[in-house]
Amino acid sequence: MKASATTEAQESLRLSDILARHETELLSQWIDEQMSASTLRRDLMKESELREQSEQFLSLLRQATRSENLKDTTRPEWEGVREFLIDLSGSRAAQGFTPSETATFIFSLRAPLTELLQRADAPPASVRAATVLLDKLGLFTFEGYQKSREAVISRQQQEMLELSTPVVRLFEGIVALPLIGTLDSARTQVVMENLLERIVETGAEIAIIDITGVPTVDTLVAQHLLKAVAAARLMGADCIISGIRPQIAQTIIHLGVDLQNVTTKANLADALRLALQKLGLTVGRKSEK
Amino acid sequence: MERIPILKMGDFLLVTIQVDMHDQMALALQDDLTERIVRTGARGVLIDISSLEIVDSFIGRMLGVIAGMSRVLDAETVVVGMQPSVAITLVELGLALTGVRTALNVEKGMKLLRAATGLADETNHAGERE
Amino acid sequence: MPANESKELPLRTDDDIVRMRQAVRSIAIETGLSLVDQTKLVTAASELGRNTRIYGGGGSVKIEKVDNGIRRGVRLTFEDHGTGIPNVELALKDGYTTGGGLGLGLGGSKRLCNEFEIDSRPGEGTRVMIARWKP
Repeated sequence: MKASATTEAQESLRLSDILARHETELLSQWIDEQMSASTLRRDLMKESELREQSEQFLSLLRQATRSENLKDTTRPEWEGVREFLIDLSGSRAAQGFTPSETATFIFSLRAPLTELLQRADAPPASVRAATVLLDKLGLFTFEGYQKSREAVISRQQQEMLELSTPVVRLFEGIVALPLIGTLDSARTQVVMENLLERIVETGAEIAIIDITGVPTVDTLVAQHLLKAVAAARLMGADCIISGIRPQIAQTIIHLGVDLQNVTTKANLADALRLALQKLGLTVGRKSEK
Repeated sequence: MERIPILKMGDFLLVTIQVDMHDQMALALQDDLTERIVRTGARGVLIDISSLEIVDSFIGRMLGVIAGMSRVLDAETVVVGMQPSVAITLVELGLALTGVRTALNVEKGMKLLRAATGLADETNHAGERE
Repeated sequence: MPANESKELPLRTDDDIVRMRQAVRSIAIETGLSLVDQTKLVTAASELGRNTRIYGGGGSVKIEKVDNGIRRGVRLTFEDHGTGIPNVELALKDGYTTGGGLGLGLGGSKRLCNEFEIDSRPGEGTRVMIARWKP
């Protein structure tokens, strides 16, 4: 155990030493390698930017290898390298690079570094350790790329949720929630929370949930709707569900969902009429008065 | 023990719960309210729970008991200001508080009480439930 | 409180339950649970804490902040050395009570959480573990 730790430390220091002595040479070979790679995106990145990033990475790598630890890149000494790679893959993902194009940054360092080590008469074990290290860092850029894509997707999902759930005021004391598109359990929950918040904000006594634009309703979604109605009642507001399509009505009956305590109306206009009536308001033509 | 204050406003009693109540406090409030309804002949009770961060089954039961008790003593009870997150949780817990009248805020609760007790100077049935 | 750390509170008096609710709330906020999720967790804690105090004759709760890379959330473990629950299945049913309550405590708390585990032995005591995860 101790012996292997010592060899690892030696290899790490040797690598650091070689990196320091041949930095300029390695940098120019690496950049050549990157510039000639088939995955190069001249349209997305300038050579000067590439040079800057490569320089920065080599200097971070040199510092990290001085820590006498090559195997465990999760240790704090490697934090600088890790952060740099996360930033790099994140910004490349945002610029439109593919995962392979992004990973080429690290993988193209392999050939020049191996050559350099061999020329410096480094033992095969050293060369192998360096290769394993680069593989790890390469995979790390994949992960960073993936993570930043996921962050983009989840942000877009959130934005879509917010976009798709407008609660509109129809009249003093009446709000409406026109639902459009397929409702899944998560979306229904967000939509309902949003509705209840708006009821408090506007002081609306009646909320109309219009599901004309909803193609199907499953048991879970129907239950979320009913729970929202029950929650609104606890807060002191009434809900009317309007626009239940014939197929949905059938599903609801087949699923055995109990709509007994919920006011339903065929369409939004009928629901609004009922809401006005409940508030003691009447709407009529001027001439009839 | 700390007690929740009960204010008298005309024919109505007003209770604002602003502290995280422990069970004994809830029971004491139940007793105090009954006693005050009898002593003052109040026709309505308004309980403002807008500051409550949770309503568990114990507090839920207390609200139900107060509503039932006041009905026996010829007074109406309205619970106002329940937060959305509290309402969602209560529904999930399985507590529907049937028999308890609710309103969005104190103002609407007062209107509802006036209408329900026939002490109304204006007719407004907003939020009234059968 | 740093990730994966925990603290233990006694559940012997009414005041202990109020303190426990506040402790659970602040950890739920630290963990980043939404307001609705915080409320669900604190309400479940209140129900179970009351059970521990009344039916278990007092006990304790362990509050843990969990962040293991896969999931973030709060885990609570209630433990007492009371008489235990003879029939757990029955006790989980809504409306079943031996203490004059509404009988919503156990079943209701289960619905308010993502995870629910109960281990009760007559004469030895009861252990209930619940968890609420950040979606």
